[in-house]
Amino acid sequence: MQDATENTVHSPAQGVPPPVSEVEGLITHYGEREILKGVTMDVREGEIMVIMGGSGSGKSTLLRHLMALETKTSGTMRVLGSNIDDLNGREFVDLRKKLGVAFQGGALFSSLTVGENVMLPLYEHTSLDRKTMEIMARMKLEVVELGGFEDLMPAELSGGMIKRAAFARAMVMDPRIMFCDEPSAGLDPAVASALDDLILRLRDAMGMSIVVVTHELDSAFKIADRITILDRGHILMVDTVDEVRNSDNERIYNLLNRVADSENLDPDEYLARLTGEENVAGSQPL
Amino acid sequence: MNDDKPTNAVSRHLDNLGRNTVRGIEEVGNGGVMMFESLYWLIFGPKQGQPVRLNAVVEQMMGIGITAIPIIAMLAGAISVTLAIQSIFILRIFGAESYVTAGLALGVVREFAPLITGILVAGRSGSALAARIGTMKINQEIDALKVMGINPVRYLVAPPLIAMLIMVPCLTIMAAAVGLFLAGLYINIDLGVSLTAYWDQIINYMEMDHISQGLIKSALYSIEIAIIGVVNGAGVQGGAEGVGRATTRSVVQAISAIIVTAMVVVIISTV
Repeated sequence: MQDATENTVHSPAQGVPPPVSEVEGLITHYGEREILKGVTMDVREGEIMVIMGGSGSGKSTLLRHLMALETKTSGTMRVLGSNIDDLNGREFVDLRKKLGVAFQGGALFSSLTVGENVMLPLYEHTSLDRKTMEIMARMKLEVVELGGFEDLMPAELSGGMIKRAAFARAMVMDPRIMFCDEPSAGLDPAVASALDDLILRLRDAMGMSIVVVTHELDSAFKIADRITILDRGHILMVDTVDEVRNSDNERIYNLLNRVADSENLDPDEYLARLTGEENVAGSQPL
Repeated sequence: MNDDKPTNAVSRHLDNLGRNTVRGIEEVGNGGVMMFESLYWLIFGPKQGQPVRLNAVVEQMMGIGITAIPIIAMLAGAISVTLAIQSIFILRIFGAESYVTAGLALGVVREFAPLITGILVAGRSGSALAARIGTMKINQEIDALKVMGINPVRYLVAPPLIAMLIMVPCLTIMAAAVGLFLAGLYINIDLGVSLTAYWDQIINYMEMDHISQGLIKSALYSIEIAIIGVVNGAGVQGGAEGVGRATTRSVVQAISAIIVTAMVVVIISTV
């Protein structure tokens, strides 16, 4: 298990797949607030990495950094072997063509049909004729079991269907890395389980590296090859499902057993927060 | 943590004034950047494999221009006829009502046609642009574009900006033509001036300078409407309520900018 105080993943060892995305010493701020406090982790080729943590732990911010959507304060980030700070505009666009994202709400374009949404990356980045693009879009929609829905507008789909359509759009360019933000959120257990199966199929059939941010423990344990646990901007642990489950770290135990944070709040820390002196007394890393 | 917060009312107002001034300058800067980025993608996009799509521009031209023709024609006609009635009423005091065509020719072409068109386009399309971009922002659609490697300015800003630059001057010409025609009908009824004589007088009074001033104004208004809509949409925070605020703000700002620009151009061109 990784030492919680080091915030470091030790890789790669012999036989370990190479990383496709790495962050090292990542520090980021929103205004004056420090969100990520020196995060170091990697995502390996062909693995499903699940990022978990309580509300405000920085997991969505970390995901946005991995997608190269945020500006970091300091640290380095490599995606598919390229340091993103060294890329020019065109190289950056080329890199992004190899990334796919399924956002929490789907983020389908409401003015386009489902088929047009899925075709959009092909339309913008390839010179394929429309017929070919339509066939490719239909194929991806078949993969997510939305065949025949290509002419509907996003507003005509259910929540689960919107998420599956977002998956189809995310994988239409056959990305090397796919990011999924809360794929199971707001779905009934059967639909959520079907989405988990889809994520596993994408890894097994297409060899994608997949990064998933989720609150759902069952889903995380079902799909993850490794789990990253974030807590208040620090990495508590990066390891396999079994190691995370068996962890004796109190905060990880609380997270996995749904113990409210307030029950474990240090009275001094609570007082400091009330008096606005949080920086002096509270929010120290574990 | 709270040490830098002002403690009394005067300081708070000054603090707010300072913050709003900085925010205003920031928005003007953002608008300028978006305008130049749009031009950049228009010119260099094809070389980078990311052209501004013609069908997106045409779609915007339909929404901004073609569908606005009835309402702009109606209001341009109504205001021009009102202008004719008022002008005849005032000029009659001096026995000079035959000069009404001079006032109409210059007033409608130089001022009213671009102004009415600009205000209506700001109300219809500027607000729609702010709402669309704001909604896309809160739904993470703009993030989705970025991750797909699609530049949001090229995809979302350039088409409406180009469409407005083309359609607002066209609508202005249409508004001037309809306004002058309907005012001519009224003058024909009220003063008995034949339509042929009326048009002869209009052409006689009008110079190329007057037409170009109207068109330059309409081009300036179109840039203001598009950029203000985009900047407000892109700045949306706080969900659906934020979209509503941004939409209202964009209409108020665009109409204010149009009126101030009209005044500045008049001062520059006549004083």
